[in-house]
Amino acid sequence: MIIDLQKFIKEQRPAWTRLEKFLDLLERNQARRLSLDEVREFHTLYQRASADLARIATFSSEQSVRRYLETLVARAYAEIYESRKKGQKLSPFKWFFITFPRTFRKHIAAFWVALLITMIGGAFGGVALMLDSEAKEVIMPWSHLTGSPAERVQEEETAEEDRLAGRKASFSSQLMVNNISVSLRAVAFGMTWGIGTILLLFYNGIILGAVAVDYIAAGQTRFLLGWLLPHGSVEIPSILIAGQAGFMLAQALIGRNDPGGLKQRMKNISADVINLVGGLAVLLVWAGIIESYMSQYHEPVLPYWLKITFGSFQLLLLFAFLGWSGRNLETVAKKPQQTLAGG
Amino acid sequence: MNDLQTQSLVIRTPEGIVFPLLLASPVTRFLALFIDSLAIQAITIALGTATALLMPLGGTDMAFALYAVAAFVVTIGYSMFLEWAWRGQTVGKRLLGLRVMDENGFHLTGSQIIIRNLLRFADMLPVYYMLGGLFCLVSPKSQRIGDMVANTVVIRMPKISEPDLEQIMEGKFNSLKEYPHIAARLRQRTSQDLAGIALAALLRRDELNPQDRLELFQAIAERLRETVTFPQEATDGLSHEQYIRNTVDILFRA
Repeated sequence: MIIDLQKFIKEQRPAWTRLEKFLDLLERNQARRLSLDEVREFHTLYQRASADLARIATFSSEQSVRRYLETLVARAYAEIYESRKKGQKLSPFKWFFITFPRTFRKHIAAFWVALLITMIGGAFGGVALMLDSEAKEVIMPWSHLTGSPAERVQEEETAEEDRLAGRKASFSSQLMVNNISVSLRAVAFGMTWGIGTILLLFYNGIILGAVAVDYIAAGQTRFLLGWLLPHGSVEIPSILIAGQAGFMLAQALIGRNDPGGLKQRMKNISADVINLVGGLAVLLVWAGIIESYMSQYHEPVLPYWLKITFGSFQLLLLFAFLGWSGRNLETVAKKPQQTLAGG
Repeated sequence: MNDLQTQSLVIRTPEGIVFPLLLASPVTRFLALFIDSLAIQAITIALGTATALLMPLGGTDMAFALYAVAAFVVTIGYSMFLEWAWRGQTVGKRLLGLRVMDENGFHLTGSQIIIRNLLRFADMLPVYYMLGGLFCLVSPKSQRIGDMVANTVVIRMPKISEPDLEQIMEGKFNSLKEYPHIAARLRQRTSQDLAGIALAALLRRDELNPQDRLELFQAIAERLRETVTFPQEATDGLSHEQYIRNTVDILFRA
């Protein structure tokens, strides 16, 4: 039996048009909330369109009407059956000082893995440089690191001009952009079963280890600490946090010790990955400012003891922040946490 | 490997209604990506111009700093912002009628939008979305890595307007109806596919050029004539198109 299509369309068209108007309204304005009467009408219209689709799918092969109704029902379905919790209003302060460090602690094992790989890379870089000083040119990515540490220290300490004069802000922004880009890569490369993240962290470790050994062997430990600690005490942990997020993705991908499906595992960690990425981005903005405005200035402009004290204090503060911030709230009701994505 | 043209994701509602979401092919997605890349470049150029204008006010250093940060934010945040503001669409996707959706047919959440866009860095490997493209080709739902993690799909949203049957047979004489027993046999024997093709051809007649229309109507009329045979006096003087109109009138009007 084939239904009387023309009569059918004539009778049902006003309801379809009304439903389409509702959908246009909701899609145009996401914040729009329907009144109770509107919700009732919308639901009735959806049910009618669904029933019409069922009829036309059963009794007729007319493609255009069917596709039209399918599109209408698909749009309405997304509105009606969306039962996932809407995002809460984001409080940046609460998110940064509570959610971010709590997320960090929740996945601390992945952070230790990131730290371990960086340290192994560091040891490798250090040993490589000790065994073969000519490896410096291969290992160091920047030309100013390939020269003699003693010469560089002397050059920096006797400089009469500020080489960053008039470009501190732009240098700072370049550092932020570069470091955040590298971090985002470290996170995303977790999807290569963690291999990409491991390589990135290992390479970072190699550079760090090689630079450290180079300067320590040249008797420039004080300069090294004064140069690296002010920004490195935030920048290096941030990259490690990126590695942590990357390993969380890798673990969810591999699914070891987790019987849930891949989709569920990814769903379980995605909000936490976003929280870590947001947190490390904030930290890297700060590190970029410090690197440009403080780390690049040495004695006699800025005494080393001040820079080392500042860097050490900052490292302790970061350690305390990540380790304890929001901890007193962890025993309170196990409510779902606010996430950066609002989910 | 998937058929790039016909993939769809079938959703079954609690009412038992089944509807397909047409999945976008990797080629269409790549085109949308290309348009979005152009849009990002255009915004970045506009930012560069604004920077040049700001220089006398805030100084060269600060202007360059703001430009670097703004360009980075645009590059990273372009898709995130638009997919949030336009419900799963960017400029490229909107132009090509694509939309990102939750793979269960729901709208996107903020978390899904951020994660699928953050993972572009993995999809981009080793150059220009090769890995993401490969995943799109082999995954059952045409998903790149970011989509798999975020549980999202990119669907095609063809613009479908309300059907209009006014042009078919309203109040015209149908000589075939003079033979109700043959008309009943026609309803019984005509496959749903053939009936649908005949109706679609009539509805879209104006979209066809005259020669193609003649050939198409002739082919459809011949197929319909093979199904049942009306007496010659009922079909005398009827063109192929008129024959199809009369047949469709019988098939779709109870």
